Amino acid sequence: MSTVTDARVEDTIPEDEHPIAPFLRMDRIPHIWCPTCGIGTVVKCFASALQESGVDVNKVSIVSGIGCTGRVAGYMKLDAFHSTHGRAIPFATGLKLGRPELLVTVFSGDGDLAGIGGNHFIHAARRRMDLLVVLVNNFIYGMTGGQNAPTTPLTARSSTMPYGNFEPPFNLPHLAASSGATYVARWTCLHIRRLTRSFKEAIGRRGFRFIEVIAPCSTLYARLNKLGTGFDLMRFYHDNSEIRHGAPTSEVDIDFQGRIICGKFVDQQKPTFLDLMHDHYGKMLGDKYVPMPPEGGWIHE
Amino acid sequence: MKTDPAGVLTGSHYLDGDFACAEGAMAAGCRFVAGYPITPSTEVVERISRRFPRMGGTFIQMEDELASMAAVVGAAWTGTKSMTVTSGPGFSLMMENIGLAAMMETPCVVVNVQRGGPSTGLPTMVGQADMMQARWGSHGDYEVIALSPESPQEAFDLTIEAFNLAERYRVPVLMMMDECVGHMTEKVVIPPAERIDIVPRRLTGQAPPDFRPYHVNGQDIPEFARAGDGYRFHTTGLTHDERGYPVMSGDCQETCVRRLVEKIRDHADDIARYEEQDVEGADVVLVTYGITARVAQMAMEMAREQGIKVGMIRLLVVWPFPETRIRELAERVKALVVPEINYGQVVLEVERCARGRVPAVLVPHGGGGVHDPERIVEAVVGALR
Repeated sequence: MSTVTDARVEDTIPEDEHPIAPFLRMDRIPHIWCPTCGIGTVVKCFASALQESGVDVNKVSIVSGIGCTGRVAGYMKLDAFHSTHGRAIPFATGLKLGRPELLVTVFSGDGDLAGIGGNHFIHAARRRMDLLVVLVNNFIYGMTGGQNAPTTPLTARSSTMPYGNFEPPFNLPHLAASSGATYVARWTCLHIRRLTRSFKEAIGRRGFRFIEVIAPCSTLYARLNKLGTGFDLMRFYHDNSEIRHGAPTSEVDIDFQGRIICGKFVDQQKPTFLDLMHDHYGKMLGDKYVPMPPEGGWIHE
Repeated sequence: MKTDPAGVLTGSHYLDGDFACAEGAMAAGCRFVAGYPITPSTEVVERISRRFPRMGGTFIQMEDELASMAAVVGAAWTGTKSMTVTSGPGFSLMMENIGLAAMMETPCVVVNVQRGGPSTGLPTMVGQADMMQARWGSHGDYEVIALSPESPQEAFDLTIEAFNLAERYRVPVLMMMDECVGHMTEKVVIPPAERIDIVPRRLTGQAPPDFRPYHVNGQDIPEFARAGDGYRFHTTGLTHDERGYPVMSGDCQETCVRRLVEKIRDHADDIARYEEQDVEGADVVLVTYGITARVAQMAMEMAREQGIKVGMIRLLVVWPFPETRIRELAERVKALVVPEINYGQVVLEVERCARGRVPAVLVPHGGGGVHDPERIVEAVVGALR
């Protein structure tokens, strides 16, 4: 079995190549995202953060669910899993527990992680599962044609709320923080440097880390709500954002075309699921406790 | 290869089927279990949660069965042998990610201790009505392997076999237990580790740049790369090419899905496992599985006392269906009689294989108990009339 160990991609970039190309499956480019969709810049920031943080990319896994952001795993040159709708977090939980040395990241959309996958989201946060969860919020179901999402702001139109949305949306940083997340931040997809720095910071943290990125859906959300082009909307989000680090998450709701409170809201060190499990079994069983090795359970060969 | 002794509780024990299944999993080298409590299967994970911390295994109780199955698929991609355990209502929820496991060709084991259904049904009482769900429950075309034990000893033995088949064919393998076998306590002999043969994960020897996760090179089953070994591969539930990249075309669907189906169908005779009794010269053969085989045993003896020539075939592997053997039997008997704790599932396969040559007679039972052997004898007599 041939195994590359401790690969640092920055050592291998040819001079004429885009700096993040080694992090992407260039044989799958062009991607499927619409012009001025915000997801691409989020991927760029994440790849830059991986590069700058110098982590061993061979030990980084990425898991996505289904939807536009659900395609991120498919473009990242990592061990990449395009799983089922809403189940990226439990799939990632299995990866992390099956090989605890992995850095496991989840990249998916608001419909996937907060809609169909909402129960998994709160439980993974509650148990402080060691996952970095990136949720790109475009306020709508993009892949299926602009249906209402659990994040669609009140009064905004979607294809299944043609008279405007009357259901109150989730405040996702608040949901994450109150469920137990150890790191919670929100940026828009034009906060390139801040978002990259936040990714880097979260890569270095442990426990359930949650980063929400507000991004425009140019094709559906912008069009259905007559908000101009995707780029207009991207700029609008950026210009109407207010950075308030440490803001109480109960105050960061997003109204239709209202202010977007960004920043790092939570950053606390707490024992993770694995810390708690090891400590507890160590106390209860003493020398009889045999933790799973970092490289996995009874891997033989 | 031989198994890891850490998971083997060598000796003679008095165990119920659920505990025996748990011991089988640990003896097979299973080191990750995700589950959600559900009667009558919970004892399996209760035993595992007690024993795993002493052998390098991790058990997690997930928030539901959707999550349990997803976690099992994720963990299996690290190379750690993985399993989940449930009963009917949870089995329904697991169907989504059983399909994912089939599509991604993920070796894993799903135990279903069957109870009466539909819906919440009879939580504490026996059923065998999930057999067709095991075969067809997730959407789309795929094949699985399903086993059915008749005793705690066999729950132990077949759970090991389930892991080995999962590794060999890279499919989810379904342990289709039933509440009676799960809660029946009998002697279970666990051999020493050096007598337990294990099929290891078939890890690729290729260098990462050359590795294509679904390239089969003329074989049926691709080589495996673990997450974290530097392969930086991609896998998806979408229809995919040998690189594991999504390709939305009928041609790719044909290549991808045909192999998922054929890798099992073409080996159905190798996978088949059954036991026969008094089949030679029999006029009627009972086709049985699980707890019903033990009731049918008594019915067979009663019928023979009446001078009827009855034999029995007991299926240890139900899916893929032992088509070849059932066809052979249909050529030489007067009737095939199928008692099962449902209103007609495996009998449909028997009927298909009999191809109209002989009747395939169902002896139905709604669940909540096992057959009265008299009913089976009556069906045998009726079939010969």
